[in-house]
Amino acid sequence: MIFLGLLDILGPVMVGPSSSHTLGAMRIAKFARKFVATIPREVAFLLHGSFTKTCEGHGTKKALLAGILDLSYDDERIAESYNLARQQGLKFTFELADLGDVHPNTVRVRLFSDEWHEIEGCSIGGGAIRITKVDEAECELDWKYDTLIVVNRDEPKALMKILSCIDANIANPYLRRINVLQQKAVTILELDESKYDAEKLRKLDVVLEHYFVPRDQLLGR
Amino acid sequence: MKFSELLEVSRRANQPLHEVVLVQQMLEDGSDPSETRAKVRFLLRTMLKIVESNYGKCQQALVGLCGENAHLLSKHEPRFVGEFIHTAMVAALSVAEANASMRRIVACPTAGSCGVMHGVVYALARVAHIEEERLVDGLIVAGAIGDVVARVASVSGAKSGCQAEIGTAAAMASGMMVYVLTRDGEMSCHAAAICLKSLMGLVCDPVGGFVEVPCVKRNATAVAVAVSAAEMALSGIKSVIPFDEVVEAMAKVGRSLPEELRETGLGGIAATRTAQRLLQGFMNRGDTNEAIERRNNSER
Ligand code: SF4
Repeated sequence: MIFLGLLDILGPVMVGPSSSHTLGAMRIAKFARKFVATIPREVAFLLHGSFTKTCEGHGTKKALLAGILDLSYDDERIAESYNLARQQGLKFTFELADLGDVHPNTVRVRLFSDEWHEIEGCSIGGGAIRITKVDEAECELDWKYDTLIVVNRDEPKALMKILSCIDANIANPYLRRINVLQQKAVTILELDESKYDAEKLRKLDVVLEHYFVPRDQLLGR
Repeated sequence: MKFSELLEVSRRANQPLHEVVLVQQMLEDGSDPSETRAKVRFLLRTMLKIVESNYGKCQQALVGLCGENAHLLSKHEPRFVGEFIHTAMVAALSVAEANASMRRIVACPTAGSCGVMHGVVYALARVAHIEEERLVDGLIVAGAIGDVVARVASVSGAKSGCQAEIGTAAAMASGMMVYVLTRDGEMSCHAAAICLKSLMGLVCDPVGGFVEVPCVKRNATAVAVAVSAAEMALSGIKSVIPFDEVVEAMAKVGRSLPEELRETGLGGIAATRTAQRLLQGFMNRGDTNEAIERRNNSER
């Protein structure tokens, strides 16, 4: 999506006004929504940098909320996502925050369904995004792939066991230790195809939790 | 890939340029040319639909610095331009204002500059009566023009200024106009080059950083630039400087633009006294989104 190809130039179909401040923001929220795989009960957005200054005139907040509601990118109801969220009983808040030395268009999304989760990402232009944090694990996902996120016991051979459940090309693997005391680690795998054995993965002794985020669909690409 | 290389392949293989572009795309990402063509057709139809549903309408823009331009121009009996330009300009304003109002658009090549291509595509279909498959061919060539710019320079105002957004959009539009009439890749390329040269140096200076002023009206004036570049190319006028070199020059100009003139809302039109005053008014007023919410509710 960093313009390389005909359809990237000619599309996508989207709701305006800005690919970075509207579409990109919505994509980050949508990643978070797909990550928890359900409409959360509560969501808090922490807006950073240029998002804090220009969010109103770009409809950034509406777009973020629309992402959580899983609207499609060209749905004109994005403009009324506040109402839609209220109707569905979703509690939402926006805060302006300083998230430190990060990209100027960064947002942190905190969602609560049964427990709290946190996704951080930045919108880097033209609708392209980078997911920079999944719960405590730092990463750099551009969401061009199916993404499998596994919280596992930090022990030898854990990765081998996880990989044994996957029958697809792995584009980018990330391994992060998130809690040394509890010996927890996060393994993030970007997959070419969504071929993995969820049943087998769940049964692995090293696997504590796992999440699957299917790749994003932009209209007209 | 340089544009001259695409033209070279087209000449040698004796294949029309749009076919070469589709094959090139297949070589790069394995995409099926007929599928790509179908997607381009879908985008074309979507653009036409979007123009139809917004043509000449008043809009409720997020910041409120635009919204009635398309309506005014559509009611106006043009004194100097003909039906083609007038229709294309109204369509360009309509879609640019729709974009500023959180409506659905095709980001071709970007959201802020989408009016230009919507406008020209619409006028080609409805005023020049070009048939659909021809328009698809032309849109493919327009995509190739934009793609070359994106690779060598960028199509981002924040990176290279408005010359890269509105300038690229106009270059794509003029190339498309020539191509749907002539199927002549070379001639289309001259139109694109003339167009890009005419808009070179255009800075990105949106008031407050929002895609309303001067963006919306630039979409309409760029239509006229694209049409004049296309007419020149059709008459046999050539760009002395080849398209690829124009794009390289544009990239360099973009790199030398100071940050104030690259979408920061700090320079150019955005730094005028009036812009500052308007912005203050908006900040004090706060969220206009509620108005849009009301609009959508009342329409349903
Ligand atoms: S001034 Fe900037 S934001 Fe406005 S259309 Fe041009 S490049 Fe886009």
